[in-house]
Amino acid sequence: MLEIKDLHATVGGTEILKGLHLVVEPGEVHAIMGPNGSGKSTLSYVLAGREGYDVTGGRIIYNGEDLTNLEPEERAAKGIFLAFQYPVEIPGVPNSTFLNEALNAVRRYRGEEEMDKIEFIKMLRAKTKELSMSDEMLKRAVNVGFSGGEKKRNEVLQMAILEPTLAILDETDSGLDIDALKIVADGVNALRSPERSSLVITHYQRLLDYIVPDKVHILAKGRIQHTGGKELAHELEAKGYADFVGEAA
Amino acid sequence: MPATAETADQVQSIEGEKYKYGFITEIESDMAPKGLSEDIVRFISAKKNEPEWLLDWRLKAYRRWLEMPEPKWAKVDFPPIDYQQYHYYSAPKSQEDGPQSLEDVDPELLATYEKLGIPIREQEMLAGVQNVAVDYVFDSVSVATTFKKKLEAAGVIFCPISEALERCPDLVRKYLGTVVPMADNKHSCLNSAVFTDGSFVYIPPGVKCPMELSTYFRINEQNTGQFERTLIIADKGSYVSYLEGCTAPMRDENQLHAAVVELIALDDAEIKYSTVQNWYPGDADGKGGIYNFVTKRGACRGKNSKISWTQVETGSAITWKYPSCILQGDNSVGEFYSIAITNNAQQADTGTKMIHIGKNTTSRIISKGISAGKSDQTYRGLVKISAKAEGARNYTQCDSLLIGDKCGAHTVPYIESRNKAAIVEHEATTSTISEDQLFYLRQRGIPQEAAVALVVNGFCREVLQQLPMEFAVEAQKLVGISLEGSVG
Ligand SMILES: Nc1ncnc2c1ncn2[C@@H]1O[C@H](COP(=O)(O)OP(=O)(O)O)[C@@H](O)[C@H]1O
Ligand SMILES: [Mg+2]
Repeated sequence: MLEIKDLHATVGGTEILKGLHLVVEPGEVHAIMGPNGSGKSTLSYVLAGREGYDVTGGRIIYNGEDLTNLEPEERAAKGIFLAFQYPVEIPGVPNSTFLNEALNAVRRYRGEEEMDKIEFIKMLRAKTKELSMSDEMLKRAVNVGFSGGEKKRNEVLQMAILEPTLAILDETDSGLDIDALKIVADGVNALRSPERSSLVITHYQRLLDYIVPDKVHILAKGRIQHTGGKELAHELEAKGYADFVGEAA
Repeated sequence: MPATAETADQVQSIEGEKYKYGFITEIESDMAPKGLSEDIVRFISAKKNEPEWLLDWRLKAYRRWLEMPEPKWAKVDFPPIDYQQYHYYSAPKSQEDGPQSLEDVDPELLATYEKLGIPIREQEMLAGVQNVAVDYVFDSVSVATTFKKKLEAAGVIFCPISEALERCPDLVRKYLGTVVPMADNKHSCLNSAVFTDGSFVYIPPGVKCPMELSTYFRINEQNTGQFERTLIIADKGSYVSYLEGCTAPMRDENQLHAAVVELIALDDAEIKYSTVQNWYPGDADGKGGIYNFVTKRGACRGKNSKISWTQVETGSAITWKYPSCILQGDNSVGEFYSIAITNNAQQADTGTKMIHIGKNTTSRIISKGISAGKSDQTYRGLVKISAKAEGARNYTQCDSLLIGDKCGAHTVPYIESRNKAAIVEHEATTSTISEDQLFYLRQRGIPQEAAVALVVNGFCREVLQQLPMEFAVEAQKLVGISLEGSVG
């Protein structure tokens, strides 16, 4: 379970998150919507422990443990995964090598054995196919020369391999056509289980037709301004943010 | 603190203690008295029972050396060397009678190489992978050479150069000093006067050497230098791949390593020479470490010949090294693939020279420099195209990667072309490891240091791919280790 209590966070000295509360129970999918610049990516980075995103107040508790002082890799090992809004290129490092290193690093941290190379490749092939990606993308350097859609699918592939217990998807739908969107949604839905939860950050209601959320939150001015069921996303699409952002701020 | 700054600090905090090859072998050595003189030159020559002509050659070199100035043009900084402080010959007493059979090698030495991860045994390195024959050079002497019989069956000569003087003196005499003239520079001149073991390779016409050849250099004794000499001759239509590795104990004083390597490729022959240099780099403050002043040069004498240098330079306090190719034969090819990593207070001035003389000669230079800590690194390259080198082409690519903001990287490419039709291309980039990259990798569970290693390995990929498969994995690890703070 993820519990965020009165979270304040600054970026470069400016306070961006100003008292954010959020509780995600195991098995739940929550959507976070909000205008540009409202702090959605900031929230995802703070959860993942990015340096430069400083928690100045409040707490982040994940499965009973305070995450605030953990390194990004420790949080990853504890099951937190962030699908980046802008995936990063790593020249010269084959995608498959990267995936293998990541999986083994997480396993080592958990005191598990590294996965056998052959077994890994089998699994990688299968997951790649499920996401309608070509094997060729496994040989290419991480995200280098990938189209926008390929990069997003690659994020979902990484998620499928690492099987996180908390997946944070930061606008994974933006820039995707409808087919790609469905594939991404399938990838997220495939991980749905009573133990796993997701935080889906999106601009558009469209994605939520495929990944049906248990709750929808509206983030603005550094706080959750409004929380509702999946119908809130439709309402938001119809009315725009102004109505929601004004009232609680 | 941004990740890059932290990485830089972490990298800077690496101490010499992390160097895992830094142990000393307790073994009784037979040493020349300290210092350098004509008597010492005679002492070394006598130790090796050398022919008269070689002693004369050494003495001539010694006399030239006395008069030669130190090369001053490299961007490295160190106090004047006191040449009288070194022992110019040191050999384990147990090995006095020269290389013995593998069974007779001193157990201390066997244990040393076991610990270094290159046991003296004739075994497959990896299941199914081609064997590697190794010449083990300890201070001034070769203590063992493996797979001699198998190589002899193919007509290949692979032995310490002192042994080659007995087995095939004419070949040695014909080629020694013909690629790197005795007085090429002060360091090569010193080597010519006092050189001790190093490997000799001869591949007969039409023979593809049946296995990788390798020499492993180890400096052990205090106040010694290592001055090995390597000579590789690939006769017409032959092929050989050779790899050199090196380590030394951690010592507070600077030890001198002034080697000379000469390669000769005749018609249609190919030599692939790879180096994984991991001499002790000194501690974090720059105390101790090897001065690696090496002259390596290959001559593509024959038509369609090819010489390819691949180097992974991670060690030494100071590296001064420019493996070069003289492309004499028409259609000959020279290649230089380099990874140089400097950390802490290390200094490296390294690069290559490609001298195009024959027609349609081509050369390719790929240099990857990684600077961390407060180290300083220079790529220095020369592409020279003579008037007669019709159709000559060169492609040069120099990429620098900086970790932190206290290190330096410099690129000094010289181009001298006397042929208007020659095509010379040069590309250079400088980049840093981005905080975005590190966070991305760490978010996937890869710890900071491993993330740095992964990015750097990606940066070096083109060069790592040139290494023989047997060594590529080791080299990748080394790339990581030389930049890590915790692995040791
Ligand atoms: N590295 C940074 N330095 C300074 N301000 C930043 C930085 N990153 C984001 N911000 C600011 O924080 C606010 C929230 O940004 P972000 O979390 O990216 O919003 P969203 O993802 O909701 O569009 C914006 O005003 C943005 O300009
Ligand atoms: Mg955003």
